[in-house]
Order: sequence, then C-alpha cells, then structure tokens
Amino acid sequence: MKSGRFWAWVVFALGAAYFFIPLIATVEFSMRMRRGAYSFDAYKVVFGDPRFQATFGYSVLTAVFTIILGVLIVVPTAYWIRLRMPQLRPVVEFITLLPLVIPAIVIVFGYIRMYGSNSPLPFLGSETGANALLVIGYATLALPYMYRAVDTGLRTIDVRTLTEAAQILGAGWGTIITRVILPNVLIAVLSGAFLTFAIVIGEFTMASLLNRPAFGPYLQNVGANRAYEPAALAIIAFAITWGCMSLIQILSRFAPRSANRPN
Amino acid sequence: MTDISLSDHAVAGKTAPPADARSMRLPTQWLGVAPFFIFAIMFLILPTLYLMLGAFRNDAGEFTFENIAALAQPSIVAAYWISIKVSLASSLIGAFAGLAIAIAIVRGGLPEWIRSATLTFSGVASNFAGVPLAFAFLATLGRLGLATVLLNVLVGFNIYAHGFNILSFWGLTLTYVYFQIPLMVVIIVPAIDGLKKEWGEAAATLGATQAQFWRMVVIPVIWPSFLGTVILLFANAFGAIATAYALTGSSLNIVPILLYAQIRGDVLHNAHLGYAIAFGMIVITGLANVFYIWFRTRSERWLK
Amino acid sequence: MTEPFLSIQHVRKSFGPITVVQDFNLDVEPGEFVSFLGPSGCGKTTVLRMVAGFEEPSAGKIVVAGKDITRLKPNQRNVGMVFQAYALFPNLTVAQNIGFGLKVAGMPKADADRRIAEMLDIIKLPQMGDRYPYQLSGGQQQRIALARAIAPKPKLLLLDEPLSALDAKVRVSLREEIRSIQKKLGITTIFVTHDQEEALSISDRIAVMYGGKAEQVGTPFEIYNRPATKFVANFVGTLNVLEGTVTDAASGKVRVNSQEVSLKGKLNGSKSGDTLSLALRPEAISLGRHPGRDSSLSGEIAEVHFLGSVIRVRVGIGGATVSLDTFNSPATPPPAVGEKAEISFSSGDMLVLH
Ligand SMILES: Nc1ncnc2c1ncn2[C@@H]1O[C@H](COP(=O)(O)OP(=O)(O)OP(=O)(O)O)[C@@H](O)[C@H]1O
Ligand SMILES: [Mg+2]
Repeated sequence: MKSGRFWAWVVFALGAAYFFIPLIATVEFSMRMRRGAYSFDAYKVVFGDPRFQATFGYSVLTAVFTIILGVLIVVPTAYWIRLRMPQLRPVVEFITLLPLVIPAIVIVFGYIRMYGSNSPLPFLGSETGANALLVIGYATLALPYMYRAVDTGLRTIDVRTLTEAAQILGAGWGTIITRVILPNVLIAVLSGAFLTFAIVIGEFTMASLLNRPAFGPYLQNVGANRAYEPAALAIIAFAITWGCMSLIQILSRFAPRSANRPN
Repeated sequence: MTDISLSDHAVAGKTAPPADARSMRLPTQWLGVAPFFIFAIMFLILPTLYLMLGAFRNDAGEFTFENIAALAQPSIVAAYWISIKVSLASSLIGAFAGLAIAIAIVRGGLPEWIRSATLTFSGVASNFAGVPLAFAFLATLGRLGLATVLLNVLVGFNIYAHGFNILSFWGLTLTYVYFQIPLMVVIIVPAIDGLKKEWGEAAATLGATQAQFWRMVVIPVIWPSFLGTVILLFANAFGAIATAYALTGSSLNIVPILLYAQIRGDVLHNAHLGYAIAFGMIVITGLANVFYIWFRTRSERWLK
Repeated sequence: MTEPFLSIQHVRKSFGPITVVQDFNLDVEPGEFVSFLGPSGCGKTTVLRMVAGFEEPSAGKIVVAGKDITRLKPNQRNVGMVFQAYALFPNLTVAQNIGFGLKVAGMPKADADRRIAEMLDIIKLPQMGDRYPYQLSGGQQQRIALARAIAPKPKLLLLDEPLSALDAKVRVSLREEIRSIQKKLGITTIFVTHDQEEALSISDRIAVMYGGKAEQVGTPFEIYNRPATKFVANFVGTLNVLEGTVTDAASGKVRVNSQEVSLKGKLNGSKSGDTLSLALRPEAISLGRHPGRDSSLSGEIAEVHFLGSVIRVRVGIGGATVSLDTFNSPATPPPAVGEKAEISFSSGDMLVLH
C-alpha cells in the first residue's frame, strides 16, 4: 500500500512535468519579444492584428452556425431514437462514430470533389455555399461529441415518461420539444456546444482546403512567418479551450442527476 | 414495451383518424430521423464512397486497379510507413502513460483533488491539438525552446547535438502524445472506476496475491476498453494533419500532409492517385476498427 | 464449554478521530452461525472487515483456532467472504469463479474440477458452470458467490448482508439454503444483516450491535424474549412501551395512566415514586379479559387495520397507544374505532426497561 502510493505520486509527478513544461515554456517564449525584458508585446501585436480579429470573428460565427446545425440534427434524432425507434440505435450510433474513423481530410476531400462548382450541387461555386459547406463539415466533426452529450442528457431525464405526461396534458409535438424536452436537455446541449466550439475554433484542415478565412489557417500562417506571436497565440488557444471545458464542468453541476428509470 | 403502444395510440389519435393510423405510422416514424440520415448520407457517407469508388477508376471512368498499384511507389509507401509509425508509437505511448496516470489517480491513494484536477486538465489537453500545440512544442523543444536552452545551460546537454529534432519522427510523436495521454485518461478512468473494490477483496479472501488478481481479473476486464481506446488514439493520430503541418511544414512526409499537398496542387500529377491515398487511409483506420470489433466479439463473451 | 473457534477480544477501531467500534468482544464456537444485527452505521461491516483483514483494529486482537491473526494479510487468513453486491468476476465463467480460490492455491485441475462440480451441486445449479455472471439472476449470482467462498474450505465464512439486494421471496429461500449448507459443512459463520427476521430465523446466536458495541449476545429466543437493554428491546420486534410510576415497591404495584398493574418480583430495586418504562410485545396482549391473564388496562380503540388473516388494533391508553394483533374470524366483526376496550396480558410477559 505504502509503496503503491509512492509510485502513484511518481507517475503523477512525471505526468504533471510533461504537461506543464510545454505550457510554461510557451508562456515564457511568448513574453520574450522585447529584448532583455519580459513583456506582453507579442499579445499586443496579436490582438492588434486586424487579420486576427477578422479570422477569429469568422471562426466564432462559423462555430455558432455549426452548433445550431448540430443541435437541429442531433436533438430530434436522439429524442426520436429514445422515444420511438430504439431498434435504430445501433445504426445511428455507428454513423455518429464514423467521423472518428474517417479522417477529416478525407471527408473534406470528398466535399471538394462532390460539391465543386461544376457539380449538380455546387456548394463551392459561391462564397455562401463554401461557408455553408464548412459549417456542414464541422457539424460532421462534432457529431460524435454532440450526439453522445445529448443522448446522455436524454437518458437521465426519462424522455418517455415526460413525453407521455405532456401528451396526457394535451401538449402537441412542438410544445413537447420546445417546452418539455429542450429545457431538460439544455445542459447537455450546451455541453456539446462548448465542446464543438473548442474543436471548431482553431480547426485547420477543412478551413484551409475550402479556402475559408478562418482562425486555423491564420494561425498556421503566423506560425510560418513570425517568431513570438505563435507562442502567444498558443496560450490564447489554450485559454479558449480551457474556458470551454470549464464552462462544461460548471454546467454539469446543474445537470439533472436523478434518473427515474435506468435504461 | 406497453408504454410504447400507449404513446402510439396517443399520437395516432392526434394526427390521424384511427382507420389511417396503420398506414400513416411508417412514414411519420421515419420522418423523425430523416434529417439525420439525409445529412449523414450526403455529407459523410456519399463523399467517402465517392472517393473510394474514384480510387478504382481512371480518367475515362473505367474500372482499374492502377491507382491502387501506384500507391506502391517509394515516396507514398514511405509516407504511409512513417504515418503508421508515428500513430502507433504515439497511441501506444499515450495509452500506457494514460493508463498509468489513470490508475495512479483512481487507485493510487492520492488526494481527491488530484483526481478531479487531472480529469479537468485532461479534458482540456485532449482538445488542445492542431496548430497551437505545434507552437507550444516549438517553444519548448525547438532550437530556441525553453527546455532545449535550459538543458543546454544547466546540464550542458545539447539535445540537437545528440540527434534530436522537433521536426522528426520522435519530435512529432512526443508532440502527439500531448493529446493522446489525456484522451486515454478521459476514456479509461470510467473503466477503472468500474472495477469494483469488492473484486479485489473477494480475490484476497480467496488467497490471491495482488499480482494474481491483476493477471486474472483486472487486466482481462479493462483490456477491451483499453484496446478500443488505443485504436481510437491510432485513428486520431493517423488522420491528424494540422499539428504536423504547423510543426514541420512539409518536411516530414506523412500521409495526411501528402494528401493535403495533392488536394491543393495535384503534386502527384494524377487526380485519381489522390483518391487512392484517401482510400488507403480509410482502409487503415477501418481495419483497425474491424480488428477491434472482431476481437471483442470473439474473445470477450462475457461482455453483454 | 469448548474452546472458542473465533475469538474477538477488546477490539476497537477508529477512523481518524471517530471511533466506530469500541471494546467489541465475541467468542464463536466451532460450526456456530452468529448474526450481527443492528441499525445502519453501527459498525457491523467494520467488525467483519477486521476479521477478514481489510481493516486493522486500532486495539485488541482476533484469534482463530488458537492463532492470533490480527496482523495477518487477508490472503493469508483462509476466510471466505460473500458481499452484498455479489462481486463475481465478470470475465470468468461460473465454474472459473468457483475455481478461483482453488486455482490460486495451486490445486491440480482434475481435483479442482471435481470440487467445482460438487459446489455446483450443493448450490443446486449443476448446469450453470459455463455461464457468465451477467447471464444469471441476482439470486443465482449470490449462490455462486457463496460457492466460490466455500470452495477452498475456509476456516471461517463471513457474509455481509448477502441477501439485501434480492427480492423478498428469493431472500427467504436463499437464507434457508445458506443455513442448511452451513450446517452440512459445519463451517463457522458470521452473517451481517439489518433484517431482524432474517437474524432471528437462521442464527444460532445473535450479536445485537449499537454504536460500535455489542449490546447483547444471545440466542434468538433470549434476544427476543429477554432483551437486556432498552435498545435491544426496541430494535428487535415490535414493542409497546408504556410509562408507569411505582406506587408500592414492596408488592410490585405500578400505576399506568391512573390504572394499577401488579408486577411482583420484576421491579428489582426500584423505589416507590420511580418512573419506569414497561414494554409488551403485541402478541402478549389480547383484546378483552381472558382467563390466565392476570393484568388488564382499559382504553379506547384508536385504529383498526385489516391485514388479511390478522387484524392489527391500536388501543389508546391515556397518552400512549398499544398495538395488538387479533386473528380475523369471520364470525366476529372487528372492533370499531372509538369503542371502549379492555386489554389483558400476563404480568410475566411485561418487560421492565431500566
Ligand atoms: N473507511 C472509513 N473511513 C471513515 N469512516 C468509516 C470508514 N468505514 C466506515 N466508516 C464509518 O464507520 C461507521 C460504521 O460503518 P459500518 O460500515 O461498519 O456500518 P454497518 O453497521 O455495516 O452499516 P450498514 O448496515 O449501513 O452497512 C459508519 O459511521 C461509517 O461512516
Ligand atoms: Mg455494512
């Protein structure tokens, strides 16, 4: 027991070193811009860069649309599978896991060839179409996470009983979804949303191959041409990821815990 | 089961007269999941199939194995090989290190706050990938990185003089491990939590040593989740491009970077060869998953 | 008296500043079946885990067959244990689970297989050897767990609420099965439960625990009929408690709600003017006067509950209420609420709680 705890501490310390040294090094590096003294100059340059503002804004907007699209696709499906068509569950779960198996670069390659400007569905023929395709691509990337979050949320609230109770009280389907189900899975949906945000905000592959002015390609571009700004950007990106995950954790404290029936 | 039919009646009563309920039922049922399936088919399955079929066609649209055969050229084989090596190394290192950390925080008798702090941090770090991760490692282990400089100044050890390079196989592997370990921790901790304390106690009263208990119970029980996670980590690294691209530009010739260059500029001067490369990537990640499914159904009859 | 097989001597256990078991003493005869009975949190599991070796006593010692095992590791004690949540190894078949202890002890395969088959017969699941735990019902799983625990022929069998995860019917049949297997094998057993009916029905002796102490150790008959403390009397069985004042200590007269009863020879040492708690089991009380019952009290029917073959009547006597059971006989209608009623009992059945 005693030696077990000793080894646990050793493993933990080694892990902590591996994970904290790069963070410390990056912070240190990002503050080296001014010769001979630590400063936040790199951050000032980054925040002052109009391309930073433009691409970051673009990616935030894309993330918001991705979340909306993801919710619209996932929530009704997960709900319907729980309520009426449990036999489809394995199929749907399999599909939602596909994006973890098929690399993003392959998916976007398929888009480029299938939805090019000469195709029957020329998404890439217009700016709006390309933007839409990026949102769609991101929604597929986020699908595994969004689906799992929402499905877990639905499991804890016992959808079927809630729905029946609402029907007995005379509620129609619109009312049931918007007034009964959504508020109850809101926490789960928001968790999925923040995770989606964290994945999407700095995404490089899809944005770059679809030629979108997004944050990911901007990061890459800065990395190729500047010395200290990349480190500052890495810290900013880490902070954004951290923020998203913290929000998810805070939200999980408000999640309904009681399940009336385990299923 | 009874409550399903109950709600069926309730819905049928609202949406249609009873006589039509039967015939109405199938389409309305499917309407609920239609958007999902349309989306999945149009933007996930068809694009993938399109590439897979394209890998077996030539420019004239005829069936051929030429594209697949063309994958055998040395530069492409080398790209696959280094991708597989990086993915395998990073997923195995990530898996074992992650497992060790998970066991340490769940079973090691460490204070409770360490467990929750580690889990929170793992959630963040497992999503901290892509371009910024490359920047962080450049700042650490690049030629001017803090760790490089400190090692040189304090210990007099110049890692670059001893063959290390961040723009290399080991550099990339070490970088990937940064999101592989926490991903393993996040996924495997619930599995280790699922090991009941009573199992260990039952084994002890039956006379088993700690080592026997691990060999006969613990390892067999967590092995499926462990293997499944390793495969997920493998696929995760195999498809990743942003980190490698930002870290090494195109100096490290891994498959996704090759494919990226091909998509941008047809560097291989054969559009269908790009399809074949994509096909190869799907085959490799797909095979890994098939192996996992085969393994689970075959050797783990005790899993429900 | 034979030498005790298991002897728990002055055992104390503290977790940090909190003492959860204090000065616990118990001697168990070879082959005896002893139950630990007590409310949640009273330390039953803790004592059991100290016997198994999972907790180290803060003080005192534990002796098995003349040997001090207090500092021995769990895997060197040769003790079988059954847990509330079965704790079967999910990756092993039923046969492999039962054979686990045999395998780690290095028993040859042929012998082990014979022993496993024997065990499967004893627990009446002879065909189940190849199944996995998830394919079994809770009752079956718990029987496998029992077989697994006794397969290596342990010196002691410890069961920690083995039946509380099962439904009522299975609980009753399985407890009888456990008892009969235990008798057949003659294995010394400690059985933890918080279900008094369980403890009363299958134990040789019961240790009633409260606040980390053994309040009373005795046969079920003694525990039920001669509870040593107020806690035991209250915890085991239903009890009607009436407050009384001693009016004449010499002749044993006690006044209960302005009526007088005679408790000759039961007052040991109380003086006139003392107040006492007097307790009666429902089955010791009858409605109306009966020959052979020397005492009676009058009151008013407060509640009548029809329970099928039995009717439970609650009679208000002054401020207190007394429960009693009468058999349902179709010929006589049950008493009505609000009627005046008289209850009678033998003063010998009255328990005086100090
Ligand atoms: N490891 C521990 N650390 C601190 N306190 C503990 C520990 N284990 C038990 N306790 C405390 O010791 C007391 C007795 O616990 P124990 O499990 O022995 O009760 P029990 O009689 O078995 O109750 P139950 O019927 O609920 O199982 C409880 O108050 C419990 O909170
Ligand atoms: Mg207990």
